[in-house]
Amino acid sequence: MHPGALLHSTSAILKGILAATMDGILQPASPGLMRAVLSEIGLLSAFAVRAVRAAFQRPFELSETVRQIYLAGWRSLPLVMTSGLAIGVVLSMHTRATMERFGAEALIPAALAIAMISETGPLMTGLLVSGRVGAGIGAELGGMRVTEQIDALESLAVDSFHYLAVTRIIACMIALPILTTVMNFSGLTGGFIAETAISNVSLQLYLHQAFAGIGFMDYALPTLKTVVFGFIIGTVSSYLGYTTTGGSEGIGRASTRSVVFSSMLLIVINVLLVRIILLVFSADAL
Amino acid sequence: MSASEQAIRFEQVTKSFDGRRVIDGVSFDVPARTACCIMGRSGSGKSVTLKLLMGLLKPDEGKICVNDVGIETLDSAGMVQVRKTMGFLFQYSALFDSLSVADNVAFPLRRHTRMSETEIAASVRERLAEVGLESELDKMPLDLSGGMRKRVGLARALALKPSILLVDEPSSGLDPITTREIDKLLIDLKSSNKTTVVVVTHNVESARRIGDALIVLHEGRIIAQGTPRELDESKNDVVKQFMSSDLEVDHDIQG
Repeated sequence: MHPGALLHSTSAILKGILAATMDGILQPASPGLMRAVLSEIGLLSAFAVRAVRAAFQRPFELSETVRQIYLAGWRSLPLVMTSGLAIGVVLSMHTRATMERFGAEALIPAALAIAMISETGPLMTGLLVSGRVGAGIGAELGGMRVTEQIDALESLAVDSFHYLAVTRIIACMIALPILTTVMNFSGLTGGFIAETAISNVSLQLYLHQAFAGIGFMDYALPTLKTVVFGFIIGTVSSYLGYTTTGGSEGIGRASTRSVVFSSMLLIVINVLLVRIILLVFSADAL
Repeated sequence: MSASEQAIRFEQVTKSFDGRRVIDGVSFDVPARTACCIMGRSGSGKSVTLKLLMGLLKPDEGKICVNDVGIETLDSAGMVQVRKTMGFLFQYSALFDSLSVADNVAFPLRRHTRMSETEIAASVRERLAEVGLESELDKMPLDLSGGMRKRVGLARALALKPSILLVDEPSSGLDPITTREIDKLLIDLKSSNKTTVVVVTHNVESARRIGDALIVLHEGRIIAQGTPRELDESKNDVVKQFMSSDLEVDHDIQG
């Protein structure tokens, strides 16, 4: 794929997300806004540190963690697979339009595989899960907070932080790399469908061309990067849900902010992670 | 009465929110296996007192003992052990809305006992039968009326057979008949001579029925405590006004 074309389509997607994101958070500025933002960042960081420490302490809540992996992972599969297929078809069409100009159609599967595995797959999966799972966690925990269900858990001698927050954070961290792999293969499948419809390329040849220039580390590093995305989504949405105040309005706010903040943070941290990967694993990384 | 016979001891407890003192140097004891009702107007600090007792809030100052264990300094793990001996019925029941009635009651049993699923099912049926809801096992909390939710909340709070039961506004939002039914359940529980019951209520009629001792909170302070008869004879204007409120309502209705 022509780098300019990929950049153009990715930046269009990101611009759309950012526009929606900024619309959700940019309220009229007030004098204490900066202090409030810094305070919120501090509280979120403390929540994250507490979650990391708690993850290594009893009780481990294994059955609840497995249930959350099912809810966050398995139930997100239809969304991720459908999106992956559609993204694969679109990327394939864009790539073909560019490659045809240079007579380099044979490179289409490889370009698509590189685009999907290195960036589009992980980032799109992160954003989709942030929307589906992050909003769900924010609303669910927010609802439990305002209806005193979290206090009820505590009254029943259950550590609510472990039971509700830590399990969801771990579930997101486990589900994200798996969903990203599914997204990548769905994207490649979508790309194959688009390609074979036009050029009648065989599956064997398509796969051979797609994976010819991709090593294990090219797949492993961007995919493992999504563990951090999972941590961000789980932590931000659990924090906002767990600390909800203000009735049904508060629940709505927690849900919206879960998506907005986790998406924003995920996009920004992604820049940092890509830079680290390129610096540390420059020989293997894409 | 010796210290060991006091199920609950509050000593000079203070709690503030946003600089406003909600509980101001409150001290009281609740003897084991008795019922104590904490009364007061809205915002007098009743529910905060209950949450302090359950360890859901930490006091700013003072000491709180539950079965002779000081809870104000306990960590999370220590508090979990204390809470296993207590049950809490919330004002709006706080049932887990993603779980059925049976699963709500079974929740503490699955968490804290080694009972088999068969034994848990039998225990759940027994608890629900006690509150007259054995036929509602598979219903979801949202399908129940307010009174039924309260009874399920009571069954859940009693699932682990706690030695102390804390009840927040049992009559809130309920009709008089359902209120009397809930009151009767609490009186039966007290009469079983195994459980200490602490009820927070603004319903004087309920408090008279349930309480061996009554405490009246006003603006975060205790202004009166004693038996219902002792409070009836109180010279304090607020207490007099409060204790006569149910009689006035009866009089207004009859008039």
